[in-house]
Amino acid sequence: MEKTQHTHRAPVSHQPLVVEKGNLGEIGSLVEVEINGIPYKVPIGTTILEACRQNNIHIPTLCYHEDLCLAGVCRICVVEVEGMKVLPTSCTFPITNRIKVRTTSEKVRKARRHILDLLLSEHYGECYSCHRNGNCELQTLAKEYGVDFYRFGHITERRHKVDKSSYSVIRDMDKCILCKRCVRTCIDLQEVGALEATQRGDMTTISTFLDKPLADVICINCGQCINRCPTAALKANDPSDEIWAAIDDPEMHVVIQTAPSPRSGIGEEFGCEPGTSMTYKLNTALRMIGFDAVLDTNFSADLTIMEEGTELLLRLKKLLVEGDSSVKLPQFTSCSPGWIKYIEHFYPDFLDYLSSCKSPQQMFGAVIKTFYAQERNIDPNKIVTVALMPCSAKKFECNRPEMTDSGFKDVDYGLTTREMAQMIREAGLHLPELQNSAFDEPFGDTGSGLIFGATGGVMESALRTAYALVTGRPVPFENLQILPCRGFEGVREASVLLENVLPDWSFLEGVNLKFMIAHGTANAKKVMDALARGELKDIHFVEIMACPGGCIGGGGQPIPTSPEIRQKRAELIYNEAADLEINESFRNPSIKYIYEKFLTEGPCRHLSHKLLHTHYVKRGKYID
Amino acid sequence: MPILNKLVIFDENNIEDSLKKAISSEPQDVVMEIRESGLKGRGGAGFPTGTKWLLARSAHADKKFVVCNADEGEPGTFKDRILLDEYTKLVFEGMVIAGYAIGAQKGFLYLRGEYRYLFDKLTKYLEQMRKENRLGNNILGSNYSFDIEIRLGSGAYVCGEESALIESLEGHRGEARNRPPYPVNTGYLGYPTIVNNVETFAVAHIIVAKGAEWYSKYGTSKSTGTKLLSISGDCKKPGVYEVPFGTTISDILKLVEAENTKAVQVGGASGFCIPKAEFDRTVAFEDVSTGGSVIIFNETRDMLQVLENFMEFFVEESCGQCTPCRIGNVKLLEGLMKIRNNDCSLSYIHELVDLGRSMQIASKCGLGQSSPNPFISIMEHFENEIFSQR
Repeated sequence: MEKTQHTHRAPVSHQPLVVEKGNLGEIGSLVEVEINGIPYKVPIGTTILEACRQNNIHIPTLCYHEDLCLAGVCRICVVEVEGMKVLPTSCTFPITNRIKVRTTSEKVRKARRHILDLLLSEHYGECYSCHRNGNCELQTLAKEYGVDFYRFGHITERRHKVDKSSYSVIRDMDKCILCKRCVRTCIDLQEVGALEATQRGDMTTISTFLDKPLADVICINCGQCINRCPTAALKANDPSDEIWAAIDDPEMHVVIQTAPSPRSGIGEEFGCEPGTSMTYKLNTALRMIGFDAVLDTNFSADLTIMEEGTELLLRLKKLLVEGDSSVKLPQFTSCSPGWIKYIEHFYPDFLDYLSSCKSPQQMFGAVIKTFYAQERNIDPNKIVTVALMPCSAKKFECNRPEMTDSGFKDVDYGLTTREMAQMIREAGLHLPELQNSAFDEPFGDTGSGLIFGATGGVMESALRTAYALVTGRPVPFENLQILPCRGFEGVREASVLLENVLPDWSFLEGVNLKFMIAHGTANAKKVMDALARGELKDIHFVEIMACPGGCIGGGGQPIPTSPEIRQKRAELIYNEAADLEINESFRNPSIKYIYEKFLTEGPCRHLSHKLLHTHYVKRGKYID
Repeated sequence: MPILNKLVIFDENNIEDSLKKAISSEPQDVVMEIRESGLKGRGGAGFPTGTKWLLARSAHADKKFVVCNADEGEPGTFKDRILLDEYTKLVFEGMVIAGYAIGAQKGFLYLRGEYRYLFDKLTKYLEQMRKENRLGNNILGSNYSFDIEIRLGSGAYVCGEESALIESLEGHRGEARNRPPYPVNTGYLGYPTIVNNVETFAVAHIIVAKGAEWYSKYGTSKSTGTKLLSISGDCKKPGVYEVPFGTTISDILKLVEAENTKAVQVGGASGFCIPKAEFDRTVAFEDVSTGGSVIIFNETRDMLQVLENFMEFFVEESCGQCTPCRIGNVKLLEGLMKIRNNDCSLSYIHELVDLGRSMQIASKCGLGQSSPNPFISIMEHFENEIFSQR
């Protein structure tokens, strides 16, 4: 399972206790702790909260999150430790010697209730007019503690303006309880640092640099903060009203493409266990809602592989055959719009290393408004393209001014998994009970695009295709499963030896194709710093996903998130992929079809460059 | 500002060459001398200084730090200013001695932003010490090297809390850390760090010179020595006084010639309000503990106004990270406003006192843990007066 690694940006005090030899005893040695009169044994350094959770003793939490460094600020998890005058927070208290803990004493219950009452007194608005109604940690606690009145009053007027500046993330600080999960997500988990607490006392608020609108600062739109917000202070910019309007307009042909990750997560919105497949039920739901066509983003993922793989081979050829030393290697993937904005802000001098390929979402948008319109004989002016994505950054991406190569806005709306679930609920449908149905043609077949959803998936797909193109043989891995690509390690590195290559690719004979995979921008930073130090000279290809776990952990996915949930979503994707007949992008009949019928010059040629490739913006960190 | 009642610290005869004496003895002997003296932290919390030094000394690390907490921000406290200004030697050499005792190479004086006017003078003093080889490399010809850097605070009260002070030193927002781990193990930049009050270092200097036994003649068995008090409010002779621990409130009132006193706030805004009936109580860690602030209120004072003043202070000075302190203080203040507007039931005030008790135990740091003290103690003693006047 994914291990949370804390970076140097987390203050020392926010890091979990490190038990070293000689520090507090042997690593892994057990210590006895008495909780509510019952003795337990736990490894030394275990926090009281962990000890309680391991033993099914419930402790409420708000600021604690499995993925994040410690804060100990909400104080809701306080417990009584014998011999201490004050109540420590169980989430921060490491057990290093024999202690006696009470989780249910009068002091503890009163303090927790007081804390809850205080938070509620400053929590603006009512639950029934809130998008987190039914999935709010504060609301859950209020129910748990039987809150039926506001002991210390209730705020009746807004104190903050809602920041709707960003295409991706909307901030409503009147809903904020100052747990700082977003701050810790941004600065520690993702190492971006767009959010921080400003002011103090009751004036404290989570803010941006100089309180600028989120759209004007270095936010990369990854939405990881949304996934970890316990309340409704953060949400994605929801386009569902516009989408409903398009659906309800009989003149408009509304096409939706669905990515694999939302399909792996959306069941959670309907009470299913993480890792429950909804792909084909979702198709039915979307048609019932009124979408005119339901297409599979796997197609354009395969298309991405064709273009990106070819681009890599061309770069290698330029270097090895033409001896052009200006070729930028390693080539970095460009599917993740959060990663793109990250590199534009933080490493603007390295944009040439990025593949020029658009993301699958944007490629599909351009194809729908050109080839699809042509094939189906529909006026592209009357086509609305919606992309169901696990991602908040996709909303920004589809609004980038350069994403209009079809002559229209290539993708009109990016919709998150959560917003899709809301539309389905609103239509009165219960997703898990629906029948299965297939995707619409002509892009109904799947190659290996499915596994894009998990970190390493793009790399694995690209290698399958590149290896096969170069050698004429499938990759030398059992069932084509390139296991070194899989897993949740922050930065992974592996290689594939190219042997007995086809004559066209003789310059690659004996080349050990080396690749790296990183997920989460904190890990991307490690890779980029290594690149800047000149340490990646022998690497050919790097996959980077902005979100921890890859797209399955995207900022548009169902809340909550945890390493365990992300693992289950990834497992589902790999299991579904294992059942596919075709597992190589270039063998996908739909891919063959589009290169025969439309992109007739082949990958990375004139028309595909026009429609499927893009350029990037040197943003830097300077803020006006 | 008159300096009165010269006993230990304020008696120039006591200022001897402790530095030389300390450095020529073993570090652990210095720690033991401090331990035996029973010296407790003069910032008000009263943690045994010798124990703190011993913990830092026994922590394994390649670097250790000494921090002098000169962020004297408690309302009604001004004794550290006098020490820094007029007894600089005691403070800085006390830091060197502490550094020697725990094995530190570097010290910081965290100077309250409002004391910027002392910065140049203190910097010159450090230069002088370096010239005299009482600071810097191989102090007084020994193998021991230690230097002191002065850092200015920026006006946040919470930075007087030791872990918030360390955060501030590191360049972060002034917010208290989680405890454990404690600064003696994980302090500045993660290294073992002792944070002591200005007065503690001055006293340590004297203890090294005169010995633990001599020092513990003063005070009580649980609170040895003397305490500097910053006395202000309704009295004829406000100022900084040195009194032995165990001195009663009424003796202090006599000393400063206070008349018609109704109440005394001991320990500043975060301290307790002592009513007339309890003036026989004593200043001591086991009775009424104080970092030095003593504020006197005579019969003309409106205790509601006094309390409002304190609570406004906390509402503004809460760092805002933890719930009980950030919102709790606001609720306590709002309750007082309600009383003023004749819009508050007695039962709601009791509800707030109850809230205050939760804040005392559930807040993250000493600020939130002590901010309800004036509310609780003034309501305990003056509830009738406050309500009957409305």
